[in-house]
Amino acid sequence: MSHASLTPRRSSLRGATLPKWFPWAVAAASVALGLAVSAAAGLQSSIQWALIAAVCFVGGNYGVSARVEGRRQAKDRVATSLVWVAFLLAVIPLASLIWETLKRGVKVLDGYFLSHSMGVVSDTEPGGGIYHALIGTLEQVGLATLFSVPVGVLTAIYLVEYGRGRLAKAVTFFVDVMTGIPSIVAGLFILSLWVLILDMGPSGIAGSFALSILMIPVVVRSTEEMLKLVPNELREASLALGVPKWRTILKVVLPTSLGGITTGVMLAIARITGETAPVLLLVWGTNFINTNPLSGPQASLPMYIYLQYANSGGEGAAYDRAWAAALTLIAFIMILNLAARAIARWKAPR
Amino acid sequence: MDTTTATHQQTEPPTPEAGAERAARGATRPGDRIFLGLSRGSGILVLIVMAAIAAFLTYRSVLALSENEADFLTSFEWDPSGSPPRFGIAVLAFGTVVSSVIAMAIAVPVAVGIALFITHYAPRKLGGTIAYVIDLLAAVPSIVYGLWGALALVPHLNGLYGWLDDYFGWTGVLSWSGGPARSLFTVGILLAIMILPIITNVSREVFRQVPRTHEEAALALGATRWEVIRMAVLPFGRSGVISASMLGLGRALGETMAVAMVLSPVFDIRASLLEPGGGTFAQNIASKFNEATVMGQDALIASGLVLFVITLLVNGAARLIIARRKEYSGANA
Repeated sequence: MSHASLTPRRSSLRGATLPKWFPWAVAAASVALGLAVSAAAGLQSSIQWALIAAVCFVGGNYGVSARVEGRRQAKDRVATSLVWVAFLLAVIPLASLIWETLKRGVKVLDGYFLSHSMGVVSDTEPGGGIYHALIGTLEQVGLATLFSVPVGVLTAIYLVEYGRGRLAKAVTFFVDVMTGIPSIVAGLFILSLWVLILDMGPSGIAGSFALSILMIPVVVRSTEEMLKLVPNELREASLALGVPKWRTILKVVLPTSLGGITTGVMLAIARITGETAPVLLLVWGTNFINTNPLSGPQASLPMYIYLQYANSGGEGAAYDRAWAAALTLIAFIMILNLAARAIARWKAPR
Repeated sequence: MDTTTATHQQTEPPTPEAGAERAARGATRPGDRIFLGLSRGSGILVLIVMAAIAAFLTYRSVLALSENEADFLTSFEWDPSGSPPRFGIAVLAFGTVVSSVIAMAIAVPVAVGIALFITHYAPRKLGGTIAYVIDLLAAVPSIVYGLWGALALVPHLNGLYGWLDDYFGWTGVLSWSGGPARSLFTVGILLAIMILPIITNVSREVFRQVPRTHEEAALALGATRWEVIRMAVLPFGRSGVISASMLGLGRALGETMAVAMVLSPVFDIRASLLEPGGGTFAQNIASKFNEATVMGQDALIASGLVLFVITLLVNGAARLIIARRKEYSGANA
């Protein structure tokens, strides 16, 4: 310290820094340079001039900054610009996905579309709607929810309230692994059991079985997290009053965590509503209204999108219907998601 | 639970013998027994389902494999309905691995970048909003990604394909003859977009858990923002990023409909990634299932079993990494 004060030189704790507008100026200059080069060389691809501009930007930024501020600051600037590039790179496709679905989906989406089936409309003609698919989706998802929620919640109760030892560890591990089962494998399993061995035909309920396999682990995981949040003091107070353990769980633990469990179940429903592969293998899809989930092929929203796309023969009408159905599906899932989050916030432990 | 039973006994009436008696009787109350039975039964049901999946898939696969004349692992053919049936998974394994590798190569760096952007670069309000939107995007179903990929992404890739062919066509791996851009490369790009949200979400959570003191210590030593990230954030988050990537990989490996809609199926391996060709396990099952005979379905189930085992290994590894991290990280201290 004393040495520094003895040497009379213009010292400051901060090194030289470039002004705040510097990166923007470099960005503008490199875009201009990229455009100029591509105009001069007659390049058409927008990727090319963007690439030239990007290289100019990173290079210019690094060069000037390294000269003025030092290498470490220059590296920091390069890292900052790369992080921004990553963000912009990801925004483009994701924004395009939402935009295209909205733009192309609203064309035929109206009351008629929601209340009519494809029964008398051939795939290449305009008209028709998704009524049969809505019925199918609601029934299949409803049945799957009916199967999975009791099993999932009870498993979570076992893991949190009773589970110690090897069985609980095994269940925890396999629930985790089950989360990652590809939907098509779940479909193949039910196919080999239900169709090939028990010799049953395609039906909505077979699809529901496969969807339950996908749904159970999600319900277990979220319910488990919620049950763990219930303070032990509540359980102890109830047990201290002589209430049996099962009534403690039913009357104290579950009501306390009900909001969280509902949120988890709704998110799980949102996840399985969009599943196509098991429905393709087990329910097949149809153009007609079939309200009986126990027998015969049934339609579902994701399956409808796939069939409209696959059987379109390149016709615009079928693509329009596919986009409209996709918009309906996304809207349904987003509403479920938002509602689930609203419940989570509303019921959050205070 | 030990603590609750202990408290239970403590709060019983003062005579210890009566308390012990009550506790013993409490354990055998019929309601308790039924409830324990139900919940333990559900847990066991989960195990049974997993075992049944493995057992039934193996059973059907063995039926198919016992009649298969070709080598299941190395054959390039897929003709399970022929006599004798000949089918192999070499093409599918190649396609699955290549498309997943492309997807991971694109998605992991970008996802880590976005996660860093949200946690360390963006203004707090903006970061929160972006995180929320990406959370929602993770819920978009794969069929919608498939529709978007086939109708919006594929036409836009012609420019990129032409450019790659112009400059890197000489390698042979990236040559393109001008057909529709429905190749393994496009599938890789689409899969990257699909797994981006999940990898971003998990990485973001991990980066957010970096102890504030670590970052402040680095800043106090005069580190720039990038040096803070390199020395404090990334080392702390490494295992989290790895497990997030493996979760994404698991999803990419098993993705069915989006791949089936984008890839034009040619059951063959091409040298160039930009030419139609190859296929993935899941896509092959979805697109061949309709025409398949019982033998054909069994052959598809055999390929599904391979996919099942692969995803089991990948996910299991991811979970083990997460579990190990939970024990040693300072985050839950």
